[in-house]
Amino acid sequence: MYAFHYERPTTLAQAIEQLKAGGQALAGGQTLLASMKQRLLAPELLVDLGGIAALQGIAKDGDDLIINAFTSHQTVAHHALVLQHIPGLAQLANGIGDKQIRAMGTLGGSVANNDPAACYPAAVLALGATVVTDRRSLAAEDFFQGLYSTALEPGELITAIRFPIPQRAAYAKFKQSASRFALVGVFVAQTHAGVRVAVTGASNGVFRHAGLEAALNKSFTPEAARAVVIDASELNGDLHASADYRAHLITVQTERAVRQALA
Amino acid sequence: MQVSLNVNGQAVTLDAAPNTLLVQAIREHLELTGTHVGCDTAQCGACTVIMNGSAVKSCNVLLAQAQGASITTIEGLALPDGTLHPMQTAFKECHGLQCGFCTPGMVMSAVDLCQKMPHASAHDIRDMLEGNLCRCTGYQNIVLAVQQGAAAMKA
Repeated sequence: MYAFHYERPTTLAQAIEQLKAGGQALAGGQTLLASMKQRLLAPELLVDLGGIAALQGIAKDGDDLIINAFTSHQTVAHHALVLQHIPGLAQLANGIGDKQIRAMGTLGGSVANNDPAACYPAAVLALGATVVTDRRSLAAEDFFQGLYSTALEPGELITAIRFPIPQRAAYAKFKQSASRFALVGVFVAQTHAGVRVAVTGASNGVFRHAGLEAALNKSFTPEAARAVVIDASELNGDLHASADYRAHLITVQTERAVRQALA
Repeated sequence: MQVSLNVNGQAVTLDAAPNTLLVQAIREHLELTGTHVGCDTAQCGACTVIMNGSAVKSCNVLLAQAQGASITTIEGLALPDGTLHPMQTAFKECHGLQCGFCTPGMVMSAVDLCQKMPHASAHDIRDMLEGNLCRCTGYQNIVLAVQQGAAAMKA
């Protein structure tokens, strides 16, 4: 790992200042540090967010659950408010990486990185969540912009994610067993605005599937999901799975997610 | 930079470069070489230590991130008189190791899982040890050891 300068601010204002000066935010570091070790990234200044109390914690606000950005996967997985209001989100958090990774990795870090096979972006998109930053609020649709790309500007920091509480939701992931990322993961949410289905792992970035949403809006059953034809032409194929295989997995994982949501 | 933390019950302050990994601080600065570096890519779990009550992979954490933290390494499990921790005893009795390289990480991960899930089934144990790899593939006895260790920790 290349040498770098390190700051550990205790307030958000200090952190923003340091990020504006060109710093790279360090959340749990479970992807960032590994990337730095491989010399894929060489930030000159790391701004560790671990000392900022305001970035941690989970609260219910009206019909929304607000999860602050530095909250670990482990905390989300076991938090009473998440288990009560969006159990599908707790279940998703409990399936990320392994338990050591979950103890360090954070919601904000995962969402900001927007790995095309990460789990959290599927929940953020399917639940119609709002990404709150130090300067604005962004709808999930506007936030995720494909392969490791987001609407974040240089120096902009995610402070929280606001999740509207759905009627039902569940996540089904078919794991790539070496990386533990999603070969295909599907998050299904039955919301007041209708059913939303978000797919991760199958393309250049997380996406909603209009065909599955239309079918599940008519009939929220595994059978309805199974009848939808998935077009493989836009999906990615690699040594782990062909595009056709991923298309098939989207069907299977959607059925599983619907079954779990109904259970 | 200076980082203060507590390792195995002892307060320590280390003077180290910002890019020092927690595992380097443990092995090279504190000379606690029981914590192993297997893959250095956060896959294998041989470097697992308990930080503030949770198992973490110390090859994927900066020393700086451990500012103010309480760390337990494999050296911190046995009593000062050498009496082994129940989980260590269980690994020994069940022969929960072959070459032994993954063992410190396995034991730390097992202690963490039993603290969080005292009634873990064999299936839960396999699930929760997903982040620890044994290249000898000696998982059968490792799971038996964790079951025995879990029972002994409750006693």
